[in-house]
Amino acid sequence: MNLWLIVFAMGLVTFGIRLVPIVLLGRLEIPLIVQRALRFVPPAVLTAIVVPAMLYRSDQIDLSLSNARLLAGLIAIVVAWRTKSALITIGVGMIALWVLQSLMGHG
Amino acid sequence: MLSSRTEFVSGVKGELPLLLGVMPYGMIYGALAVKLGLPPVLVVAMSSIVFAGSSQLIGAPLMAGGMPGLVIVATTFIVNLRHALYSASVAPFIKQVPLRWKVLLAYLLTDEAYAVTITRFTQPDSSSALNKHWFYFGAGITLWSSWQLSTAIGIFVGQLIPESWSLDFTLALTFIALVVPNLKDRASVAAAVSAGIMAVFSYAWPYKLGLFAAAITGIVVGMLIEGKGVKRET
Repeated sequence: MNLWLIVFAMGLVTFGIRLVPIVLLGRLEIPLIVQRALRFVPPAVLTAIVVPAMLYRSDQIDLSLSNARLLAGLIAIVVAWRTKSALITIGVGMIALWVLQSLMGHG
Repeated sequence: MLSSRTEFVSGVKGELPLLLGVMPYGMIYGALAVKLGLPPVLVVAMSSIVFAGSSQLIGAPLMAGGMPGLVIVATTFIVNLRHALYSASVAPFIKQVPLRWKVLLAYLLTDEAYAVTITRFTQPDSSSALNKHWFYFGAGITLWSSWQLSTAIGIFVGQLIPESWSLDFTLALTFIALVVPNLKDRASVAAAVSAGIMAVFSYAWPYKLGLFAAAITGIVVGMLIEGKGVKRET
């Protein structure tokens, strides 16, 4: 398949996923149980992306103290909890990762 | 009631800190995609046509590797399925806006724009705020612009950034910054923790299906814990 065709198909599928619930649920009354469920969407989805990014190194789980991403992530979690600032959390998290990686002597 | 301009400006402002995490990620996408041999014009166009970071990063190597188009599109569908949950979640708040607004806002729906917007939408004064779709638009268009810009930067200078800088980690940090401050009750903590655990176990599932399984797990656990709390109080 032509690469451009693939990109347009990817775009169409993505846009459809984003549009259909907005339009449909805008017409119907949303059942209470669905409303309750939707509150948990952000913590569930985003944490499900974050945790493997902290724990997996080259497709292997690494729970050791030599896993710089795990330690930097934990530091960022504490910083996010205390400061509630995205800027400080991302900044401190990256600096922590760089410091830990250079201490551990790997890239 | 806040004016549309005020809402728009606070949407932009709410999104700005996240750009520190999103722009490196966009640069990585741009750099990676051209390194794989995809035409730069296509790489830039994908950022506006698809406009979904993780599916672009996953899709680029598949395209470069000559995978069948149908497989790539199906993968995109599953990776981006979480946006259906976001879309359902913002739906009740923008019920009243005209369809052309819904089309525009749906196009701008991303992890980062959604997280900032839903925080605004669920504030106590929000029910009377008729212009709050302007907040969403402000957050969305800010992220959109930075995504296009960072893709282009990535194409030109991305090759110069060493991998040892681990810039891909900024995405995880961005999500930490979005989630942690909003874990205000036991049920949301349970949702986050259970989704995180499930994500680790289902990590190796094909086509990122594990991500969706983890999200559903978190939502169900959150509801169960919340349900228990309600019963105890009554």
